[in-house]
Amino acid sequence: MHRYIIKRLLLMIPVILGISFIIFSIMSFMPGNPARLLLGEKATPEAIETLTEEMGLNDPFIVRYARYIGDAVRGEFGVSYRTGMPVIEEIRQRFPTTLKLAVLSVLFAVVIGLPLGILSAVKQYSWIDNLSTVVGLGFISVPPFWLGLMLIIFFSLKLGWLPPFGSDTLVHFILPAITSSASTFATLLRMTRSTMLEVIRQDYVTTAYAKGAGKRRIIFHHCLRNALIPLITVVGVNFGGLLGGSIITESVFGMSGIGNLLIGSIRSKDVPSVMACTMLLAITFSLINLLMDIIYAYVDPRIKAQYSK
Amino acid sequence: MREQSAVLSGTKQMKRRSQLGMVWHQLLKNKLAVVGLIIIVLMLLASLAIGIFVDYDTIIRHDLKNKLQGMSLSHPFGTDAFGRDLLSRIVYGTRISLSIGFLSVIGAMVAGGAIGAISGYYGGKIDIVVMRFMDMLMAIPSTLLAICIVSALGSGFVNLLLAIMVAQIPQFAMIVRSSVLTIKNSEFVEAARAGGTGTGRIILRHILPNAMGPIIVQATLALGGVILTAASLSFIGLGVMPPDPEWGAILTEGQEYMRDYPYLVIFPGLTIMLAVLACNFLGDGLRDALDPKLKQ
Repeated sequence: MHRYIIKRLLLMIPVILGISFIIFSIMSFMPGNPARLLLGEKATPEAIETLTEEMGLNDPFIVRYARYIGDAVRGEFGVSYRTGMPVIEEIRQRFPTTLKLAVLSVLFAVVIGLPLGILSAVKQYSWIDNLSTVVGLGFISVPPFWLGLMLIIFFSLKLGWLPPFGSDTLVHFILPAITSSASTFATLLRMTRSTMLEVIRQDYVTTAYAKGAGKRRIIFHHCLRNALIPLITVVGVNFGGLLGGSIITESVFGMSGIGNLLIGSIRSKDVPSVMACTMLLAITFSLINLLMDIIYAYVDPRIKAQYSK
Repeated sequence: MREQSAVLSGTKQMKRRSQLGMVWHQLLKNKLAVVGLIIIVLMLLASLAIGIFVDYDTIIRHDLKNKLQGMSLSHPFGTDAFGRDLLSRIVYGTRISLSIGFLSVIGAMVAGGAIGAISGYYGGKIDIVVMRFMDMLMAIPSTLLAICIVSALGSGFVNLLLAIMVAQIPQFAMIVRSSVLTIKNSEFVEAARAGGTGTGRIILRHILPNAMGPIIVQATLALGGVILTAASLSFIGLGVMPPDPEWGAILTEGQEYMRDYPYLVIFPGLTIMLAVLACNFLGDGLRDALDPKLKQ
């Protein structure tokens, strides 16, 4: 098992390099001279020229990329053009908010989506199955930012139960977590239902019934454990959408996370900050996919057996 | 010989039509898919017909006398903060949102399809390099990739379209590649090659038509997601900008007034949801109709 994890970790290196190369290339199309942005409107052309040279912006693309990676490995992501602070500082302050939002969203999706999916499958074609199908279809099609606004209108402005903006306490995370988990929740609900339906019809389930096992035991021990394997992949794949979606959710709820930092940085053409935020989100996504694969390997005895020798 | 080939092509024609007919028949049996199809067609028709009744200029021009009027017969969805009829703006917005949706999906389908077909057909080093590159693009969440591209190119209709298209390419490339890989070793491809058919023709005429099923399903299912992404990006100010009536942009404008005039955000949101729901219904229906396992 350790060999598997080490192998997967080593394989991450080229992937991260690739991601950084793609993002760096895209960002190099960003218009505007950073030196001019840093020095302000009144700077003389000479001063701008000197700073451009100093920052190495005249170097060829590959040289700039290599220097960026070299710095990044040492944990230096440059200085924000907007605040003059090291980008990494701002990110360190804001990353917990984004991560907390993502984890809470997944938790929300799993805690509600999984049981509801199981219930739908066990009681196929009942009213609860029909209801959860409708809810699932609705949640998969709802624009997350609009769901957020609706929740704010209802729970904050009309009822006054929950705060509409900010990210100070855990209460502030309730509405954003519901918002950003919408599509994960719906996907999980639908997938749980369909995989459970498939598993319920397997021969070993009939065998378990024939041997006199209780219904509860069959559903949780025989069916769910087998249905869980594809569901882990669903959660992993959706985590990416969740991280991407958190940019929008954070903007709706005015939360001080990476997503809001990213949007602010894009508006002010703060390249180092945009680069760092995008890289961080993309790398987090890769790491989570890796984590999911490892969990997958643990849960699925077939994969575990391959590496346990 | 000529007669024989005429007979052959005749049976091929018949077969193809009947296969398409079968898929169509299967699709019509699925009520939700039909509902989805009807919604999409109605939206398309409305967005085309609106030009006859309402001038584009009137949904851009400010008319402050009529601002923030609630729902009435003359303004079924009310008017916005600048006195413009919300319904007309939303219907005009259909043009923008659906054209971004269709164009970016078609673009990604063509580009991704070409990449996937070449990569799958030739294999070897080209395949390895191209697919590793696609893997890396896939490792970046697609909304994030689109945001990244828009931030580099700047906002606006064309840039938004490009950003969303590029973010969709890897999925299509992967699907086409895997279909090509399974089809390229079939006997009819070998027969075509033995008959001296050129590579381009083999890919275009013999392989791709057989790989169309999964491509069409992916395209329909991607359509909903793409419309959603476009609206999201416009909503956070990185896509189509107000006063142009893109659905997400209309929502941004209404957000300021949502405390007292919630209809300003409810209607555009419901429209987006309806469009996405319709695409998902149709996509699910097509997937079932094209799935040979479900065919009786």
